[in-house]
Amino acid sequence: MRLVTALRQPERATALDAAGWNSLIAVARAEQLIGTLAWQVEGLDVPPAAARILADARASAEQGRTAALWEAEMAQRALAPTGVPLVLLKGTAFVAAGLAAGQGRHIGDLDILVPRDRMDEAEAAILGAGWEWVKPDPYDDAYYRQWMHELPPLIHRERDRMIDVHHTVLPLTARITPDAAAMLADSVALENGMRVLSPNDMLCHAAAHLFADGDLAGGLRNLWDIHCLMGEYGSEGLAERAAHHGLGTAMARAGRLTHHLFGTDVPDAWRALTALDRPYIRRLLSRDAWGRRSRKLTELGFYMRGHLLRMPPAMLARHLWTKFRKGYRPV
Amino acid sequence: MRHVTTLRIGPIGFRIGSDWRAPIAEVERLYAEYPKPDDGIADFNVHLFAARPWRRVLRPSVHIGGDFVIPDAAPLPLAQGLLAAEMGMNLQMALGQRRYLLLHAAAAERDGHAVLMTGISGAGKSTLAALLMARGWRLMGDEFALIDPETGLVHGFPRLVSLKNEAIEVVEKALPAAGFGPRMKGTPKGTIRHLVPDSRAVEAMVKPAEAALILFPSFGHEAAERPVLPSEAFVRLTQASTNYTKLAERGFDALTRLVRTVPARALDYPDADTALAQVDRLWRAL
Repeated sequence: MRLVTALRQPERATALDAAGWNSLIAVARAEQLIGTLAWQVEGLDVPPAAARILADARASAEQGRTAALWEAEMAQRALAPTGVPLVLLKGTAFVAAGLAAGQGRHIGDLDILVPRDRMDEAEAAILGAGWEWVKPDPYDDAYYRQWMHELPPLIHRERDRMIDVHHTVLPLTARITPDAAAMLADSVALENGMRVLSPNDMLCHAAAHLFADGDLAGGLRNLWDIHCLMGEYGSEGLAERAAHHGLGTAMARAGRLTHHLFGTDVPDAWRALTALDRPYIRRLLSRDAWGRRSRKLTELGFYMRGHLLRMPPAMLARHLWTKFRKGYRPV
Repeated sequence: MRHVTTLRIGPIGFRIGSDWRAPIAEVERLYAEYPKPDDGIADFNVHLFAARPWRRVLRPSVHIGGDFVIPDAAPLPLAQGLLAAEMGMNLQMALGQRRYLLLHAAAAERDGHAVLMTGISGAGKSTLAALLMARGWRLMGDEFALIDPETGLVHGFPRLVSLKNEAIEVVEKALPAAGFGPRMKGTPKGTIRHLVPDSRAVEAMVKPAEAALILFPSFGHEAAERPVLPSEAFVRLTQASTNYTKLAERGFDALTRLVRTVPARALDYPDADTALAQVDRLWRAL
């Protein structure tokens, strides 16, 4: 909660004692929000030791931004001969478009969205430009190709950076099937020719990523993205667009949680928390003063939920059985 | 975490939390002379924890974690808890340090000037650093030398000196009055015993020095020396740095400045005395 308060009202961080700073920094690091925190409190009167740590985090984020934009440039060059448009997603899109959500943001992989009927061309171009498979395992490979919303992850052999090539925003096995073709059709060109999703689609994707996929690890950062995007873009027509993608429930929940935690300006319908939102909040705030997950049961619940969302029960059983026989153990 | 201590080594503050009292007590005893982190705020956190609650008491095994972690760090038995704390701090530096260019090197200072010694594990960094300290040099560290990209100055990281196997006896003889940690047998690197840096090293630990000499020592050969060109020194030092690529342009600038302005020598030696004589001679010739 201390991290949420510091992001929302940075001036309150100036009142922290040493123990408060130690836990704030540990939690911000664990949530990969330290760069964001550094930008939020910049210019405020904080203890020199904290200022030094935050300055390092800002410099790191700045370096990360440069590297992410360079990686996008490399992908653009790789795809150029095919004419497949380069549509950036998530962190790289935020920094490429100069959005507040990108300020200080940690950016891991490069995520791009490609029309499904042009995946083969995109894949060939990317392999030709020096990216290689991360998972040579045939089961994993076949699994990705048959059921996932993206190619198996690829890593560049020289730059050691991953690219995730998506053709839609949720696994094909998920019960929600967002309209990827509409997202591509409505994407917006930047000055350098790269493209990003339209404001509402960007928000829909963020909500899908946060609630309809996975187990909410890193959820606080994704929720902060949504807070920033809504602050910058507003939410006009957002509910309708989300409904079109089948993401109405996820978007509404995202709206309620950002309003509750960060005070985001959201439509009236998203202002009151429901009983079902509580476990989400518990999950998002489950870090102790050392940045460690402190609610194992909540975590396990979300782990199972994440898998159930991804696939129907019979398929999940088959998948887990295969993984078990191969000696895979979830951490 | 149940047991906590904080300390500062060189310019870097640590907060160490542990499920057991013993490793914290050991750290507090051996680092008794060290100050607390600036403003009480630690740069890095180290976690020493039991993977399962019952492993606190039943065949206790110390897992090493912190702000920055590697997936398969093997746990250590509780008797090696001090080693776990040291490895935890080194790990945070290696993975998380962004303010300084981090060189995996020992450093010692004289008259404001520093010699940096870098090489693979077993090259003799720690032993030479301890023996130089015994001969009146100020120990700046046996593990990491920190290069400030803004100034080019070397900042020390004088943690406990980690002595391994045969080196333990050599240094015990050279520094009979020094403080030592427990003798830990059967660690991943054989027998380890930690040496407490002398008061001088601790009192002056935030004082940076100007790099004057870079050495690449290599133990177990006939005594020999050869100059190392800046280009070769550059490549060797990129390999000796865990954060060179992360610092990008700042790292490149800091390292090119270092190898252009500071002479470098490769040093083969059969025993510690020979090496010390070689260092002395090279130092006087500067």
